[in-house]
Amino acid sequence: MTLIVKTITRLTVGLILLYGIYIVLHGHISPGGGFAGGVIIALSFIHLMLAFGKETALKKLSEARASVMESLGAIMFLSIALLGLLGGYFFFNFFIHKGRPFTLFSAGIIPLCNIAICLKVGAGLFAIFVALVLFKGAKETE
Amino acid sequence: MSAYLLCFILFCIGLYCILRKRNIIKIVIGLGIVEYAVNLFLVLIGYRWRGRAPILAKGREILNMVDPLPQALVLTSIVIGLAITALIVAIAMRIYEKYGTFDITRIRRLKG
Amino acid sequence: MELQLILLFMVFAAVLAVRIEDLLSSVIAVGAVGLGLSMAFLVLKAPDLAITQLVVEILCLIILIRATLKKDLPVVKDGRWLFNTASTLLFIAVFLTFAYFALRNLPDFGTPIMKVSREYTQNGLGNTGAANLVASVILDFRGYDTLGEATVLFTAVIGVLAVMRKVGRIKSEK
Repeated sequence: MTLIVKTITRLTVGLILLYGIYIVLHGHISPGGGFAGGVIIALSFIHLMLAFGKETALKKLSEARASVMESLGAIMFLSIALLGLLGGYFFFNFFIHKGRPFTLFSAGIIPLCNIAICLKVGAGLFAIFVALVLFKGAKETE
Repeated sequence: MSAYLLCFILFCIGLYCILRKRNIIKIVIGLGIVEYAVNLFLVLIGYRWRGRAPILAKGREILNMVDPLPQALVLTSIVIGLAITALIVAIAMRIYEKYGTFDITRIRRLKG
Repeated sequence: MELQLILLFMVFAAVLAVRIEDLLSSVIAVGAVGLGLSMAFLVLKAPDLAITQLVVEILCLIILIRATLKKDLPVVKDGRWLFNTASTLLFIAVFLTFAYFALRNLPDFGTPIMKVSREYTQNGLGNTGAANLVASVILDFRGYDTLGEATVLFTAVIGVLAVMRKVGRIKSEK
């Protein structure tokens, strides 16, 4: 890629990651939530790969680690749901004191669920992109 | 009422593209257009005239809110649509690598 | 009024996407339809959906452009073109007739019947403590559906990774 693209990428890719984390964490106060934030985080890694090539991006987040993160997100979501069984039914919001509304630490299990979904969606979409882009057919390797 | 009609026209354009085109990528494009039309229709049903977005603000009582239930449905549907598109494109790339073409009539005739 | 203008733009871009022969241009036209849909969500007072549709559209465009980098092929019109087009248009006309009869029973545009949502909007802040009602619906009132959607996404990732394996690699090294 040309020099202009590389310079702009170096300046903005950290800001894109930070914006994605902001949207995930404030999912219960302002619009956004886990899905949009997860896709934005995946897009920041894809931006790095498109501008600098696959070596640099795979050094930051290798395929094995992406698989581990995705499974971690799924297990976290399931365990939050199963812990609700302690209090009553499946997905019970088990924090008794729901906090003051409109602050960051409020709304029970909703921020934790948002973080779990963000991990799952972000790592999963990055793994899909790596598999599609680095696909070399059987003819091309000969 | 005219908004519903335009939404159905968009759906029919996508349906025509799925039924009549021979290139697999064109069929995927038609599928994407159908999915946009369905999501739009679900959100159009829940719109209230001069309503407000379903997000509460501090110290203000909001009486006429837009219906939040179709919006929750469509949020799920958008992400599932992305997953389906990625899977179909992966299968299409495999087909191209094996048969050398994207044309669906020739894929049916080649065997093995 | 703005809503009808945005929908007209989307229909025009969709017609372009269907009729253009070049694959890269039609993928870009589908991108225009998706961006128009994001603006329509904003006019329909759904900010969550506008953000999600915008970023998902960008990712979808990147994946589609990756697939169309191969050569595309010339299209030859085979026989029975008249029969195929006529039967497709007949099918679409039948569908539109039934859709018209179904649309007459819907409530008017702008006056929804909010039976279940009245519960959610009045007790949402008290029961869950979240200010974003859509987030409280998808993660607290209807958490099961979000679990199903996470499962579908997981299955799609496994499917793509299984389809894109390198098959027969050991044989070619010998």
